[in-house]
Amino acid sequence: MFEPETIKRDFPIFANNPDLVFLDSAASSQKPRSVIDAMTLYYERDHANVHRAAYALSMRATDAYEDARGKVARFLGADTDEIVFVRNATEALNLAAHAWGLNNLHAGDEILLTEMEHHANLVPWQLVAARTGAVIKAVPVTREGRLDLDAFDSLLSERTRIFSLTQMSNVLGTVNPVAELAAAAREKGALTVVDGAQAAPHLPVRVHELNADFYALSGHKMLGPTGAGALWGRREVLKKLPPFLGGGSMIEEVQLERSTYAPPPQRFEAGTPAIAEAIGLGAAADYLMELGMENVWMHDRQLVEYALDELSAVPDLILYGPRGEDRGGVVAFNLGSLHPHDLATALDEHGVAVRTGHHCAQPLHRRLNATASARASFYVYSTKSDVDRLVEALKKAREFFAGWL
Amino acid sequence: MSLLEELYRETIMQHAQKPHNFGPLENPTVRVGGNNPSCGDQIELFLKLDGNVITEAGFTGHGCAISQSSASMMTDLIRGKTLDEALELERKFKAMVVEGQPPAPELGDLSALQGVAKLHARVKCATLAWNALEQAIEEVRSA
Repeated sequence: MFEPETIKRDFPIFANNPDLVFLDSAASSQKPRSVIDAMTLYYERDHANVHRAAYALSMRATDAYEDARGKVARFLGADTDEIVFVRNATEALNLAAHAWGLNNLHAGDEILLTEMEHHANLVPWQLVAARTGAVIKAVPVTREGRLDLDAFDSLLSERTRIFSLTQMSNVLGTVNPVAELAAAAREKGALTVVDGAQAAPHLPVRVHELNADFYALSGHKMLGPTGAGALWGRREVLKKLPPFLGGGSMIEEVQLERSTYAPPPQRFEAGTPAIAEAIGLGAAADYLMELGMENVWMHDRQLVEYALDELSAVPDLILYGPRGEDRGGVVAFNLGSLHPHDLATALDEHGVAVRTGHHCAQPLHRRLNATASARASFYVYSTKSDVDRLVEALKKAREFFAGWL
Repeated sequence: MSLLEELYRETIMQHAQKPHNFGPLENPTVRVGGNNPSCGDQIELFLKLDGNVITEAGFTGHGCAISQSSASMMTDLIRGKTLDEALELERKFKAMVVEGQPPAPELGDLSALQGVAKLHARVKCATLAWNALEQAIEEVRSA
């Protein structure tokens, strides 16, 4: 049985903030005791630099770090040597864009993105396009909040060299049919990069079934600490990929004027990594695998359906995103013409924490005809009573601002 | 009075709904844009100067009640002021919303925004227009 009330007890933040209704997990999730303990234990018992010295302590640190890599690999259904530790999904996407893009894209080549991307999956490609002369195209979003698949078919062409898309929108909650789209891209000879920052924490991911070449995730959105994320790369692609950052740990042999590089994943981990954070991410992957990602997804689905039903009954509330099996636990909304920032201050008065703004998705907000929105997002510890408190707070906010809506 | 009631007073909501001086100025002496990248609020501030004196001020953009009302009241207040006087008002306004000092009497209606000091998340909204003002004055002086 999946019991969010019981799960909540694993997260010290809720004991320390008993009245908190935390609905901002899509920005950053809370951390279970096991993750915090794994990092503390590492610092108290096993810390030394990794991949360096021949002494026992350093070996222990290295083992713990590499063990965490194995856990992330299992979590994604990948092989351990295909997992590169990075700071977060943003860095993972920058790595893919720069290391692959700068070396493979030429003037006139096309980079295919979508209108529902987070800025982290737009700006790195813009940087690379500016330096290579490649052209950015974007799949539009339909009125329902899904990708326009007809437009995808016409935008995808032999000129498309790389297709980069989110598996789940951080605003609409839409889960995209990545496997199908990536297969079509592959047929045209394009690689596919998947931004899994929102999807990896919430649904079972088997990277090989996605027909993708890269998959980016952020540890801090999936119960892990900030500062640890991962880039999965298909082995054949990683092998041919030149380095992104240079420095210690990523080399084979260094001359004054040139060097040879270590095989992946070390080739992409220059400098001392975030060891404790990687270990924390490993513990988070363990915690989620213990819960079962199918169960996590089912919980999210039930909660978002409940939330959408309840929220639909709040007058003046505008809800964004589709309804259906492809909708994850993210609900963006606006209350009449009230600016979401003002709304969030009112909700905060009732202990309800939601995110407001454009959620790093300005092009999508333009498509939605909104400059900004408020967003509630759920996770393993979110309960129906959290949703009820949100609905109640929204009704009170509506009364408070009644004359001004 | 709750924090919410303290902040969202009649004055603020009226300015937010019907902002004064809203709209671009023709042939402004200076025009600067301001952004709050964390929430997407935007402002464009226009000033017309006669020598050292601000003769007209206007703004366009969009944002929350706090940022819009602050811009509305600010553009009312700085009209007829010298650049130095405007900077002094900025300093007093920021002392109120950033440091939580009691409102200086010269701030007039802007004292309605003093509740912002208790809400750190909203300080950036309240100061958006004022930062644009500071930038505009810098631009005038460096020109």
